[in-house]
Amino acid sequence: MLEEQAPEKPVQERIVGIDLGTTNSLVAYMEGSQPVVIPGVDGSNLVPSIVALDVVDPNDETPSRATVTVGNSARRALIENPERAIYSVKRLMGRGMEDIEEELKLFPFRLADDIEPGEVLRIRLGDKTFTPSEISAYILRQLKRNAERYFGAPVTKAVITVPAYFNDAQRQATRDAGRMAGLDVLRLVNEPTAAALAYGLDRAKEGGGKGETVAVYDLGGGTFDISILKLNDGIFEVIATNGDTHLGGDDIDNLLLAVALDEIRNEHGVDLRPHADAIQALRKAVIEAKITLSSEPVAKLDIELPDGDRYQREIPREVYEQLIRPVLERTAGPCKQALADAGIRPDQIEELVLVGGSTRIPAVRTLVDQIFELSNRGKQPHTELNPDEVVALGAAVQASILAGSSTATEELLLLDVTPLSLGIEALGGVVAKIIQRNSTIPASANEHFTTGVDGQTNVAIHVLQGERELAADCRSLARFDLKGIPPMPAGLPRIEVKFLIDANGILQVTAREQRSGLEANIEVKPTYGLTDEQVETMILDSFDHAETDFEARQLIEARIEADTILSAVEKAPASPAWQLLDEDEKARIKAARVHLAAIKSGHDMQAIRAATTALDQTTRNFAEKMMEAAVSGAMRGKTMQTASEELGPASNANEISAPHPFARAEFD
Amino acid sequence: MSTASTTSAPAACWACGAAPTTSALLCPDCGKVQPASAADYFQVFGLERRLNLDTSALEREFHRLSRRLHPDRFARASAGEQQWSLANTALLNDAYRALRDTLQRTEYLLRLEGLKIGEEHAGKGKSADRQPPADLLEEVFELNMQLEEMRMNQKMGEDDPGLQSDLTAARARFESLLTAVDNDLAARGSEWDNGDPAARERAAASMAALLDRRRYLRNLVRDVNEVLSTAAA
Repeated sequence: MLEEQAPEKPVQERIVGIDLGTTNSLVAYMEGSQPVVIPGVDGSNLVPSIVALDVVDPNDETPSRATVTVGNSARRALIENPERAIYSVKRLMGRGMEDIEEELKLFPFRLADDIEPGEVLRIRLGDKTFTPSEISAYILRQLKRNAERYFGAPVTKAVITVPAYFNDAQRQATRDAGRMAGLDVLRLVNEPTAAALAYGLDRAKEGGGKGETVAVYDLGGGTFDISILKLNDGIFEVIATNGDTHLGGDDIDNLLLAVALDEIRNEHGVDLRPHADAIQALRKAVIEAKITLSSEPVAKLDIELPDGDRYQREIPREVYEQLIRPVLERTAGPCKQALADAGIRPDQIEELVLVGGSTRIPAVRTLVDQIFELSNRGKQPHTELNPDEVVALGAAVQASILAGSSTATEELLLLDVTPLSLGIEALGGVVAKIIQRNSTIPASANEHFTTGVDGQTNVAIHVLQGERELAADCRSLARFDLKGIPPMPAGLPRIEVKFLIDANGILQVTAREQRSGLEANIEVKPTYGLTDEQVETMILDSFDHAETDFEARQLIEARIEADTILSAVEKAPASPAWQLLDEDEKARIKAARVHLAAIKSGHDMQAIRAATTALDQTTRNFAEKMMEAAVSGAMRGKTMQTASEELGPASNANEISAPHPFARAEFD
Repeated sequence: MSTASTTSAPAACWACGAAPTTSALLCPDCGKVQPASAADYFQVFGLERRLNLDTSALEREFHRLSRRLHPDRFARASAGEQQWSLANTALLNDAYRALRDTLQRTEYLLRLEGLKIGEEHAGKGKSADRQPPADLLEEVFELNMQLEEMRMNQKMGEDDPGLQSDLTAARARFESLLTAVDNDLAARGSEWDNGDPAARERAAASMAALLDRRRYLRNLVRDVNEVLSTAAA
């Protein structure tokens, strides 16, 4: 008797929310009525936005089969092989040579030599070049994989956040990156709006969040946004937004770095600037000092210089605050402009939300308090949600709204705005504004054009973004060539062009010649961007390498897991609990450890995984004993214990969930 | 010759045939989104063409329609529905933006009724408002002289507190003229709403002139503010 096959239930594919940050990136999703961040293989919620070009095997005969690593593992490369690594690539998205002169002075970006004005940038890593979107695509792909590992299912749809003040080119670059990473980007969401969503959802649970005017102050690694919203019965309506896409924690780092470099040169006679690796090491120290100064009154720098000398310096908080004041004050102007555009006074802001790691700095909180007159009115800024994670959480909420997958988000709606006015270049190089900044999106405008010459069949339109009067002072967005206009006497054609800014804040243009009714053929030349065809080839390229990339990645991950457990086990004999083991057990552990150490540098991923599981199992008893002995140095043992509980019975041995040591990349 | 745009009355619902008694973008009966229409802004909200408007009711209706039309609600719908949603929401947003602001609403309605209103935005310069209002010729001339003098002083780095207080007084004067214009506009608006076609024509012509006057005064006040704030800096 044949059994009937039960019909396959269609799996509801999850849409994830992604915060593609300057310094760190995250992926999150809606679990029931709660947004949750998805951790990486090392247990960390934050993936550093660092990409490095590795060579998997230097002994390999096949010429440079390079792999790309992302995140904590790429962090090492920054110091050891700085010419093969890149950080803060978000600063380059949607930008051209002319824009990034300042960045080039302060960041070790290496660009290709032959970039033309108006062209997309190309960055050199080792002997290869990448566009900023491709680099970001590698980060997105890592996040995608983290999510797929977590769900045990494919993930192809995402919501990605962007700074509210990002222009059209920067948004397109982000969406291109998503596509290259194999993600269907359903929506780009502005970061402060996403944070407001996460916060609003949080408040709604407590019965708050009705009819409020909220400001979101978002100071991240590289960008600053200020948005003013009205929250009303589940509708999050942005009233005005402003910001600076060249301003963030990176600028503070660079300032401290410059001061340290000058001091080192003056006091020790050494100019570190030509030593890329020494600079990165100093940068790391300076960042640690910055973080310390958020909670301690003094921080210390202690660096070994190339000549063996030591540079040591104490930085008291007052000195630090004095130094960084000009950077922080740059946030005041956009705040005032946003308030003016919203037509409200600072004291009409009822709630203020702080977003972004840099808002942990006490001087930032003081400044915000002054600008928005908070403590005068007995108010505090909101920091209940982790400022590093809140944007990703909000993106997950928006993903849930789009998916219609949760009753908690059914009634929520985001009404966002375009941050910059849209204009057309007219005679004399003047800009005619057709859509005002802070217009709710989607927004549209219709314009009419005609020809200047008899028989003219093409009309060129130059579209710009910005608030200035002259085209030269605004951002060039794209040139549109309207082709296929039926030849007529000059001035007769009536070409209606529809400009539509969609819900992502990205421009769409359609055109029709009204007398003939013909749709004009539009060729778009994006400034600082890629055409659709170019993006397509970039996806295909990574598909070609997908197979080899996949295997290389599996191998790297297996090695990371092996390393983790090996270092834990190497520390084991130092623990008093080690003495409680009998000789047999110690021998078994040693054998398993030696076997894994030997096999780890080979290429057999399955064998490495098997050896890792084996070692883990031999140490279970020891791990329990360590717990009982309650030795504090056994932190790693504790996680091994937790991991072994999670591993379950031996039949699941093929599935390794690696022991999860502490999240932050070790700086030792 | 009337060049009033007679936007065609929106069609009946394609799905159930009901008349569009509320918004032209959504069927009031079956709730289906209507194809991107040539509806005018008043039709978008199912409103009569009137200058007086309940702005809180408008906001509520805007939120209600947004919830139904917004592209976020159509993320899993067909490509066709997504296009309709996008076009309709853009229209809804444009309509809300125009109608909720008194001046923009007035300009829009007058344009709809066939009058030539508003700044040319081909970048050729603000033509109609280059003309100072006839009754203010002398005052405006005087003010412009003072502004020039102030600007010269600022270039030289000189101070003239007497001039500054003169300008401050002038600003107050022109701001009160602006308020008078706004009151006039409101009054004409009511006349238009409640009047017969002849009354409407008179009111409309009067409002068109008032709008030109207002724009001129507004630019002037802005110029004074610029100069005074540079002084204060």
